[in-house]
Amino acid sequence: MQGNKIIGEAAVLAGCRFYAGYPITPQNEIPEYMSERLRTVEGGVFIQSESEIAAIHMVAGASAAGARSMTSSSSPGISLKQEGISSLAACQLPAVIVNMMRGGPGLGNISPAQGDYFQATRGGGHGDYRTIVLGPATAQELADFTMDAFDLADQYRTPVMILADGMMGQMMEPVIFKEPKPRVYSDSYMMRGAGKGKSKIIRGLILDPLDMEEHNWTLERKYRVIAKKETRHELYRTEDAELILVAYGTAARIAKGAIKRLREAGLKAGLFRPITLWPFPENELRDLAKVFENFLVFEMSTGQMLEDVRLALQGYARIGFHGRPGGVVPTPVELANVVMRQYDRKQGIIEHY
Amino acid sequence: MKKVFGRPKSMKNTIFHYCAGCGHSIAHRLIAEVIDELDIRGITIGVPPAGCAVLAYNYFDVDMIEAQHGRGPAMATGIKRVLPDRVVFSYQGDGDLAAIGIAESFHAANRGENITVIFINNAVYGMTGGQMAPTSLLNQKTTTSPTGRKSLLDGHPIRISEVFTLLPGTAYIERCMVNSPASILKTKKSIRKAFQYQIEGKGFSLVEILSPCPTNWKMTPVESCRWIDEVMIKEFPLGVMKDLPAMEEKEEKKGGKTS
Amino acid sequence: MIVKTIFSGFGGQGVLMMGFTLAHGAMNAGYQVTFLPAYGAEVRGGTANCTVAVSDDEIASPIASEPDYVVVLNTPSLYTFQNRVAPGGSLFLNSSIIAVDPSRRDVRIFKIPASEIAEQLGNLRTVNTVMMGAFLKMAGLVTPDIYLSSMEEVMGSKKRSIIDVNHKAFTAGFEYLEEST
Repeated sequence: MQGNKIIGEAAVLAGCRFYAGYPITPQNEIPEYMSERLRTVEGGVFIQSESEIAAIHMVAGASAAGARSMTSSSSPGISLKQEGISSLAACQLPAVIVNMMRGGPGLGNISPAQGDYFQATRGGGHGDYRTIVLGPATAQELADFTMDAFDLADQYRTPVMILADGMMGQMMEPVIFKEPKPRVYSDSYMMRGAGKGKSKIIRGLILDPLDMEEHNWTLERKYRVIAKKETRHELYRTEDAELILVAYGTAARIAKGAIKRLREAGLKAGLFRPITLWPFPENELRDLAKVFENFLVFEMSTGQMLEDVRLALQGYARIGFHGRPGGVVPTPVELANVVMRQYDRKQGIIEHY
Repeated sequence: MKKVFGRPKSMKNTIFHYCAGCGHSIAHRLIAEVIDELDIRGITIGVPPAGCAVLAYNYFDVDMIEAQHGRGPAMATGIKRVLPDRVVFSYQGDGDLAAIGIAESFHAANRGENITVIFINNAVYGMTGGQMAPTSLLNQKTTTSPTGRKSLLDGHPIRISEVFTLLPGTAYIERCMVNSPASILKTKKSIRKAFQYQIEGKGFSLVEILSPCPTNWKMTPVESCRWIDEVMIKEFPLGVMKDLPAMEEKEEKKGGKTS
Repeated sequence: MIVKTIFSGFGGQGVLMMGFTLAHGAMNAGYQVTFLPAYGAEVRGGTANCTVAVSDDEIASPIASEPDYVVVLNTPSLYTFQNRVAPGGSLFLNSSIIAVDPSRRDVRIFKIPASEIAEQLGNLRTVNTVMMGAFLKMAGLVTPDIYLSSMEEVMGSKKRSIIDVNHKAFTAGFEYLEEST
């Protein structure tokens, strides 16, 4: 099944009943799929909105009304959605946002890239907030993480982003949809009319600075719990490694291919793959620095996750970097060649960042 | 003794923060009265704007959810589609609806979303301190058009009601004002009709209310009311712009007679 | 084992269908597969292409920098992809349309007059299936039986007559190379 459609199907299976979005390549198959699929389920609503901005606010309304809600876009469209994502975080409304990254800045191009890492992991919109960011690397993970994203969004009442790229959206791989968990989300968070009871307000406007500060700390306490409990990563052939590559998403797939070639050439490389990009698995990465001295970050960008790796390793290890921004998808061979040039058994990583 | 006048049940027991002579508080009260009369407090969800009415959720005793600036109709769309049997209204100023949120408003209207939009037009940005609005009149002085609005530089005042009337998706559009007891009563009727139509599933309704802003117009409340009568309604003529359900009813009756 | 193949041709010649059906067949044969179509502006008119990776192990990168096989249905595709084929790999051409000779000397070249064969069968639209028959003859990734049943699955509710002519087209392509090699 195609990556974009997998996301749509997994979302509906997870109970998503509201989708709003605006067409943008390379994720058009998501709205197309949802327009058809949501008609087949009770209460399913699909809206092709007039803009990405409208879409995210429709999602906010639907989320407040109690529906599991999703929107999707690609880089320039995600920039437009930031107002709404910030608002969702402020109002503590769950929602799932899919970003099939393409080349940027500006209109860039429609090829797969990873240049939105900063935007996704640093909040993206204004104000003190975080968004949970999941970085799938396979079709199976697109399915699994989409379902997980809805659960996490509900559990922490916060927007969750799936950060993938154009290639994952277009690629087809076999996939098995897991049994979704039953939804756990209190009716008391939903806005469905006051009935005979007290009326409710959902808002992010808190004019008194002291009250606003308290709200900020409330959110921050939540983010710390998420960081503690929800961090995920994968280790690949690190047991006997002398060098650790660090990559996520499509870049991690390429890194795995490179590792096979490197090992054939006698260089034992392994991979550390962050799965949650926020919260970044910094403790887990730092633990590796107790054993390994050399790391090489590989991204389809000019070096964004690189900063998180440097923060996590805090000078305990040598860090190399290889980046291909702009929608270029390098091959495993290229990466293997770069690693061989950048790493020397005696010296370690030659060009240290 | 019989109580003949009091606070509507859908209004919280709070003091408005609005300036003396401001039209918002009147419009709020009218909406609350209508909600009471239609007995829909328990199923109504309101979406206040960014602007002077940003704190409207402190006054209405119905469920209220804040929207970012201009996005009220998008949010209302999301709510209404998920909960089609609830009554959903967005309350918007001229900056919110006619400038930053024109796309959301226009397209919600064009889709014929079954929601009600209350549009407060006071020809000025109130909360930010009196800047030019898309509905500011030509030659009107504001803090960002100190020598008066010039069409060459600033464009023309937008007649939202007239423009929206052209959209096939809209069901009911009326422009009213709240500067005299008579006009207030008329406005209430219009709001009631808009909500009633929504309950009946007739589609998108918009009530534009010409509303005084003495503070930013730099007039007394009485002068402000007079300015609406003498100046504002020349640019923004009052009346029912569109009443599709009534027209259809008429057609039906006509059809009935001939057959 | 990992085998990567690029299929390329005019939009409408059914190259995406070829790749997709192969991926489907290989999946049914128990392999790991990825199917990566070129998308966006590249496919709006003009040339379409896709990459299929088939492996008995986890597939790292779905992109083929040096595909083992390249199947081209038109001349622009030949120019685009002939230099990508891995040394020792194979290039399959629709020789009915492609008049030029490939420049590569270090790959095996198979010329199949697929359009003519398809025309003889009475349905020019089966060009892609003719090419698939010839391709699978040499590549052997999945058996004809598995491929044909996958093709029926992929084609879904299409008319029986269309499925039948595709069966014939596949067999014709399969047998063509047998005869000529």
